[in-house]
Parts: sequence; structure tokens; C-alpha cells
Amino acid sequence: MTFDVEQAKKWIITFNDKIQENKEYLTELDQAIGDGDHGLNMARGFQETVKKITEGKYDDLGSLFKDVGMTLIAKVGGASGPLYGTAFMKASLALKGKKEVDIKALVEALAASLDGLKVRGKAQVGDKTMIDVWEPVIEYMKNRETIHSKELTDLSKEKMDGTKELEAKKGRAAYLGKRSIGHIDPGAASSYLLFASLAELFEEGEVAQ
Amino acid sequence: MKKLINDPNQVVEDMLAGMVAAHSNRMKRLPNTNVIVRKEAPIQGKVGLVSGGGSGHEPSHAGYVGKGMLDGAVCGEVFTSPTPDQIFEAIQAVDSGNGVLLIIKNYTGDIMNFEMAAEMAEAEGINVAKVVVNDDVAVEDSTYTTGRRGIAGTVFVHKIAGALAEKGATLKEVEAVAKKVVENVRSMGMALTPCTVPAAGKPGFELGENEIEIGMGIHGEPGIEKTQIQPADEIAQILLEKILDDLKLEENDKVAVMINGLGATPLMELYIMNKKVSEVLKDKNIYIHETFVGEFMTSLEMAGCSISLLKLDDQLIELLDAQADTIAFKK
Repeated sequence: MTFDVEQAKKWIITFNDKIQENKEYLTELDQAIGDGDHGLNMARGFQETVKKITEGKYDDLGSLFKDVGMTLIAKVGGASGPLYGTAFMKASLALKGKKEVDIKALVEALAASLDGLKVRGKAQVGDKTMIDVWEPVIEYMKNRETIHSKELTDLSKEKMDGTKELEAKKGRAAYLGKRSIGHIDPGAASSYLLFASLAELFEEGEVAQ
Repeated sequence: MKKLINDPNQVVEDMLAGMVAAHSNRMKRLPNTNVIVRKEAPIQGKVGLVSGGGSGHEPSHAGYVGKGMLDGAVCGEVFTSPTPDQIFEAIQAVDSGNGVLLIIKNYTGDIMNFEMAAEMAEAEGINVAKVVVNDDVAVEDSTYTTGRRGIAGTVFVHKIAGALAEKGATLKEVEAVAKKVVENVRSMGMALTPCTVPAAGKPGFELGENEIEIGMGIHGEPGIEKTQIQPADEIAQILLEKILDDLKLEENDKVAVMINGLGATPLMELYIMNKKVSEVLKDKNIYIHETFVGEFMTSLEMAGCSISLLKLDDQLIELLDAQADTIAFKK
């Protein structure tokens, strides 16, 4: 399958739907170990993003993701604004001028996003952040001949759940030290929703790279 | 939730409109932003000082915009870092060609958003320096983690760096003195009651009828421990001990003291706290140059307080005593 502007829009719109549905849940996760604004900020930022991209006309994936990134950077605030914003800006650079790409190129763009996230957030796997979902998910997508929709969703969920056992090293949860153990990281939870939304695009259940 | 608001999603907008209406003789709001700058910004020949962060900490930071302190304050959503585009607007508005110092409280979101704004400004050829305030001793300091939070001690950075900038010092000099303040200021807070972010509608944490949290952060982040309410003297002692352990003061050292209310603490109680603080310092033969009691860095309607100590030398004394004329701090 190929990934084009319409599918990219669908991905963002589906993700926004999930964010709006889970706004309270994300906020509760953040109240437990952060400052309780993750759901609110993401809901506000992605609502604006969807408005922007449904009104806009895009010839290529790069310009679409650039608008997504810029809107998130300007509208989300907190830590998730620069992080999700950076992720989409990096993907936008990788997909500049591309009307449609195969899944391999999409995965390469997302790998660039992951690199951007690690630099911006100075976090590694095991720090109890969104990286704990992003890195294994990108690894999975890179190394498989075919990506199974369900496997992608399940892996993201498993990695999100895995943050529960970790002690936070980055972000506000780090102030809790060991008391952060036992709670899912809110950024990992929203990242799960992002990849679950991507998996929904693969309607036939699996896609060959 | 019972608050004097119109719409939970409009609190920052409505607050800024009211603030500018009250103080238009000294500040202005940049159009279509949540940025407050000195009315006469940019001030020729002067390094610009920009701070900011989530709203809900008033008078921080817009209350410190004015002569001798900040040139600009960027107001995020409640307890949420402002975005890079807004910070960048502030930098542009206060830069007179002499560069801009960003005073950032140590929170992951603030650091990332201010760093992105600094990158944007540098791309435009504006000289930018950054200082990160991390005065909260309730949090263990470590290079492997996020590190200590920035709380009320930040106001001393505004005051002292602002005074030096006002004298026409270079960006390097202003940055150096700001860092000196950061190295010499320590704070710690405690909460009696939680606070409610308007858009969230319910308190960010819970405290029982007789419970308090020692080491509480200014967004309701947990501190060191939940414990039972105790006499003010004992609470003052706990906070002060932790600060003194870290600041390593010696006899005859000079300090400035700040007893900061978190939003819903009567001035009476702040003075009661200061009674003990001043006694303990006197016993240790530490000389109090000046004490500031009031609301400097609040946390919405949280009840509780923080104590800050700034160790002073001759340069810091001179700058602390220098003239300042802002809504929330005058000298």
C-alpha cells in the first residue's frame, strides 16, 4: 500500500478522535504523576491541527506534516507541544515534496521523528516517557516484511503498559522518583493512541513494505 | 469548582485583558499573543530580560515586567509552558540589539519551549542567553533526571539580573549574575490545600482534613512527604533545615529571605512563619539583609507557603537594593 496526503489526514483525524475520547483519561494519568494537563493540551492542540489540515490543500506529505508540526508547536504548549511538534516537523523534512510514499519511506520518516524526539526530550528507552513506545514500535516496523495492524496496536499497547513498572527519569514524573512506579506514563499513552490510529489505516490487516 | 471566572478556557485571556486595562501606563500586550512587555520596549542600549511559564503563578511573571526587572513575560495556559512562537515574539519585542536573557524555571516543558524559541531567535540573528532556575531543594538534584524545580527563588533572579541590565551591562555580564543568583538561592514549599486548574475542574491532588504536603511544587507536584498538620514553628523548621543543609551558610553570612504565599494563605500566617525563620537565622548568626513577605509565586488558590533564602555578597546586595518599579515588586 502507499501512504498519501488523504491517508495522512485520516491518520491525524483518527488520532484526534481518540485524543478527544480519552481526554479525561490522559489528564487523569497526568494528574497521578505529572501536572494534569496532558489530555487538555493534546485535545486543544489536535483540535486546532485537524481544523487547519481539513481546511488546507496539500500537494505533498511534507507540507501537510509541516502544518501539523507548526500547529502543535504553537497550540499545545507544555512538554507535549514541542515533542509532538518536533516529531511531525522531522517527518515533514523526510517527506518533503513526496505526494505519496511506500510504507518503508513512511517508517524511515517516523524513524527521523524518533531521533528528533530523543534530541528534544533528552530521553532514552527506560526513562518512562513516550520513547518507551516509539522506539520499539519503530524497530518493529523497520524490521518486518509485513506490518500487521493488530500486531502494531498490540505492541504499542504492551509498551505503553510497560511504562507502569518504570521509575521516571525525565519530565515532571521524575520528581516522584520511585513513587512514579505503578502509573502509566501519559506521553506513552498518547503515543499508543497515535500508533493505534496508524494501524487503523491498514484496513486489510497487514501491509507489505 | 467555585471560581471568579467566565469560561475555564478563557481565564488567561481574560486575566491579561484585565491586567493591561489596569496597568496600561507601564505595560502593553503584543497583539494576538499572551506576551506582556514594558510599555517602552525595546529599551535602547539595554539587554532584554524575558521570563515566563504557565499562568496561575501570578504575580509571576507579568507582575515583574517593568523598570529594573523584566522586559517581557510570556504567559502560557494555566500551569502549561508557553509555546515557542510566543516566546520568540517576546524576544523580538524586547531586543534592542544588545541581546536577550531568557530566565527559565526548570521544567521539562519550559526548557523545551524556550530552547526552541532561542533557536528561532538565533536564526534571526538575535543574541540569546539562557539561565535555568532550580531552587527547589525538595527535589533531589541529579544530572540523570529532570533535576530540581524552579520556584519562588526565580523572583530574585528577575530582580538582580534586571538591576544589572538596567545599568547597561552586557548580555554576558547579566547572564553571569543571573547564574550567580541561581547558585546561591534555595527554596522549599509546603501545601495545606490543593488547587484546581480551571479547565480541569477538580483539584490536582488531595489532602485530608489534617494533612499537609512538605516539599509541594507550585503545580501541585508531590513533595517529600504527606504528614499531619503541625505548629507553624515546626513546619518552618523543617523547610528551613532542608534549605540550610543545601545552601551551607556560615556564621556572619548575609541573606535575603522570601516568605511566599501560594495563593490562599493569609498574610498573618506568612508572618507567623517568618517569626520562626528569623529566629532560627538569628540563632545561627546569619545576618538577614532584607525579608520579603507576600505573594510572589503563587499556585492558584493553594494554601501554603514557600521559604527562599538567597546568600548575598556585595554585588548581589547592591543589585537587590537597586531601584525597581513593577506592579508586584518595588524598590
